[in-house]
Amino acid sequence: MTKQVKQLDRVIIRFAGDSGDGMQLTGDRFTQESAVFGNDLVTLPNFPAEIRAPQGTLPGVSSFQVHFADHDILTAGDAPDVLVAMNPAALRANLGDLPVGATIIVDTHDFTARNLAKAGYDANPLDGDGLAEFAVHQIDLTGMTVAAVKEFGLSRKDAARAKNMFALGLLSWMYGRPTESTISFLERRFARVPDIRDANVTAFKAGWNFGETTETFIVRYEVKPAPMAAGTYRNITGNLALAYGLVAGGVQSGLQVFLGSYPITPASDILHELSKHKSFGVTTFQAEDEIAGVGAAIGASFAGHLGVTTTSGPGIALKSEAIGLAVMTELPLLVIDVQRGGPSTGLPTKTEQADLLQAMFGRNGEAPVPIVAPQSPGDCFDAALEAARIAITYRTPVMLLSDGYLANGSEPWRIPEVSEMPVIDPDFATTRNHGDGDDAEFWPYERDAETLARPWAIPGTPGLEHRIGGLEKGDGHGNISYDPANHDFMVRTRQAKVDRIADSLPPLEVDDPDGAAKVLVLGWGSTYGPIGAGVRRVRKAGYQVAQAHLRHLNPFPKDLGEVLARYDKVLVPEMNLGQLSLLLRAKYLVDVVGYNEVRGLPLKAAVLADVIGGLVAEAEGIEVDLTPVEKEIR
Amino acid sequence: MTTDSTTDLGLPGLRSGTEGVPTIDAGETQTGKDFTSDQEVRWCPGCGDYAVLKAVQSFLPDLGLRRENIVFVSGIGCSSRFPYYLDTYGMHSIHGRAPSIATGIATAREDLSVWVVTGDGDALSIGGNHLIHALRRNVNMTILLFNNRIYGLTKGQYSPTSEPGKVTKSTPMGSVDHPFNPVSLALGAEASFVARTIDSDRKHLTAVLAAAAAHRGTSLVEIYQNCPIFNDGAFDAIKNPNTKADAIIPLVHGEQIRFGAPLESGLGSKALVRDTNGGGVLVVEAADVDDADILVHDAHHDDPSTAFAISRLTDSGYLNQSPIGIFRQVERATYDDQARAQLTTARGDSEDDPQARLSALIGGGDTWTVV
Repeated sequence: MTKQVKQLDRVIIRFAGDSGDGMQLTGDRFTQESAVFGNDLVTLPNFPAEIRAPQGTLPGVSSFQVHFADHDILTAGDAPDVLVAMNPAALRANLGDLPVGATIIVDTHDFTARNLAKAGYDANPLDGDGLAEFAVHQIDLTGMTVAAVKEFGLSRKDAARAKNMFALGLLSWMYGRPTESTISFLERRFARVPDIRDANVTAFKAGWNFGETTETFIVRYEVKPAPMAAGTYRNITGNLALAYGLVAGGVQSGLQVFLGSYPITPASDILHELSKHKSFGVTTFQAEDEIAGVGAAIGASFAGHLGVTTTSGPGIALKSEAIGLAVMTELPLLVIDVQRGGPSTGLPTKTEQADLLQAMFGRNGEAPVPIVAPQSPGDCFDAALEAARIAITYRTPVMLLSDGYLANGSEPWRIPEVSEMPVIDPDFATTRNHGDGDDAEFWPYERDAETLARPWAIPGTPGLEHRIGGLEKGDGHGNISYDPANHDFMVRTRQAKVDRIADSLPPLEVDDPDGAAKVLVLGWGSTYGPIGAGVRRVRKAGYQVAQAHLRHLNPFPKDLGEVLARYDKVLVPEMNLGQLSLLLRAKYLVDVVGYNEVRGLPLKAAVLADVIGGLVAEAEGIEVDLTPVEKEIR
Repeated sequence: MTTDSTTDLGLPGLRSGTEGVPTIDAGETQTGKDFTSDQEVRWCPGCGDYAVLKAVQSFLPDLGLRRENIVFVSGIGCSSRFPYYLDTYGMHSIHGRAPSIATGIATAREDLSVWVVTGDGDALSIGGNHLIHALRRNVNMTILLFNNRIYGLTKGQYSPTSEPGKVTKSTPMGSVDHPFNPVSLALGAEASFVARTIDSDRKHLTAVLAAAAAHRGTSLVEIYQNCPIFNDGAFDAIKNPNTKADAIIPLVHGEQIRFGAPLESGLGSKALVRDTNGGGVLVVEAADVDDADILVHDAHHDDPSTAFAISRLTDSGYLNQSPIGIFRQVERATYDDQARAQLTTARGDSEDDPQARLSALIGGGDTWTVV
């Protein structure tokens, strides 16, 4: 039958099911198809910390949200237009997020009395008119999958496991996604188990054909490719981009990368990825604990490698003393913190930005550490390179603050040319630097006048034998010193060295199209997307608002104080209780306004638009109505 | 029998621990002075650390390695000041973490001879985890564990090797902690080289250092070291000429384990035999047993059980008896050699420059082009 085709500018789909239902894979494949098709997109995986939480229960629900559009978008979307629910628990867990009119596709197969009870339903929600405000499609996805793959002679359980591919096929049909990449993916993934491979490919095609032939669906949707800057693109998650950035940091500095790491969610994928790149001279050392991970990285840096350690907040807490050692010994070191919900074990698989003050201050003594933060999954690549530049140039540990949302979320990424990447000179010391002739000595703490960096003399360099350590150093010669004036001088010098990094930073980029805004929204890290989307909504409604986003949290860009002073109101949205706000207030005495949420989820654009609108109303003394004055771009 | 007769350790050279480390040129010479830094040594007068430092400074030239290719790493504690006094590369790091830092150095660089200096508190208490994991990984480094059975730098608290009942500042009614036996611990942690020596026996100490340096893998050397301030005399029995023959059980590979006042044969009057009841070893009068039943020390045995049994003959309290020498030395692939080999294998014979390979890496996967 001929189906009607309806044009949409964007769609948000959420795939939800049991943690064993393969929802992350389903979402990832749909994303890849959309990426290849040329849509702009942003994704939000959301899964429990338990590998297999009790089947069919609310805590066991795993979901993957993908937002794709024919234009540039910034977030994974506030509310899904389409929910695919593979069981009662998935329906119940996600229903509250759906706007009126949303489409729900449910697999009716699992709506048994037992599963309904597990999800806390007294009665089957598919009966009656409880879901009347949604467009509900009840389909026995599992039953049809089992029927479709019958010829392969799989057990019923194995056959039913292909239901996610049936669902993917159906959704791929509905939104006109190209299917070749998924078929070749399945052929590669299950190459060694032909029955499973054929069942998955067959289920995928059966789902597509079901959409094509059934009368359940009379409309297909089309979301045209988004215009993007010229270049070659790929879809990339933050953890993958970060790992690539570390490899690039090694190549661009000519140093071998040494990762010392202990597995921890959500950072482990960086360890997994880097362990594949030994051909670049990358060593990955899975240590006995977090402390040994950073310890080995410091040892490798002392030996002339680029030492890296990757972890999440709890791991940073354990590594603190060793990071202090790297501050004292002034060795290059990258400390990657993929932040998750805290405190303590907190919410391992959820996102948060609450480690900023830990990164800034979480060490004994005056132990300044530069901090950089990526703003999107693809940006993790550039942030890693920037962290490497600072660490190597200034001989210092550098903290890179990613988070769970960036780590697992993905977006199209324009693959950079190597020629666009910075070249980093390790500038190893090779000669004695103090005194002349035969009396010349090597002084490990004689500093570069411009950067205040000390020389990096690596073992194997004759004549530069020296000892460093955690005890206070005498200025210049670096021998142990307990002299009060020397300690005061060295503490101030280590701080001054970190402050001087600001000399190498570009001015803060402020997006204030007409230069007439009275309200500035300032953020850092993964809130870039939701803040940008919120700002756009306010502008579309005809109001002025400025946006700026900090790559460097320590030191701040030199002009930040001046930028803050230009605006009547400064809004700082964060997924914490106001950590950047606290730093800004302390340093610049500016009465910034915080917007703070710690729900383990990204901020929502609509909520931020309301908050910004409220501030604009206050600053300009006007009524603010956020109804778009032109076609809404969400 | 004196410890002097134990200095021929009877161990053949296996693949050298210093293979890959550059050596000094022919005709070039080094002396202990070359390894002495300009820093004033600041241990208490009479500290056993002085003797070990002197022994190490005079031993290092024997290795014939380039000075710049030697790295000493330490943790925290009196002994951990060691690197400051040696004119090599060195790092005085943080409490207990030296084995992890040394693991990074040794794995990164095959051309370095890596040494860890640590104490009983540093290695066995706060850093216990790093010690056992370094031993099981068998990273190519030598760990010198100065055991004075007390916390010196923090002024006299009991340590994980102090005897039960020990009265210290933190245990006025006596310690109720059960101590570690470092050699037993190391053997249990899959160590490939475990030895014990004495600060004041320069000859034996030097011979053990030589064997440890020559061993490829993690060598653990426990050095009994006297703290004259907080635990003076802990090792007197093995140092006193009148008692040491009975106190020291010398371990020499391939030789009967004999000690005590010498018989006419020149061999010790006491011997070790297998305890057929318990699986351990027993001290007996040599004259009371068949010569064939006396245990012959085999440091190279794959199974560490006998070495462990011998290690149990160590007194935990005031030391009246302790086996001294090399308990175990077996060949096992090292972590760092294998990790570097994987890098070489992964690199293959690719001649492409790294930037071209980086470009191929990040440009892989499903891509699309916008023009």
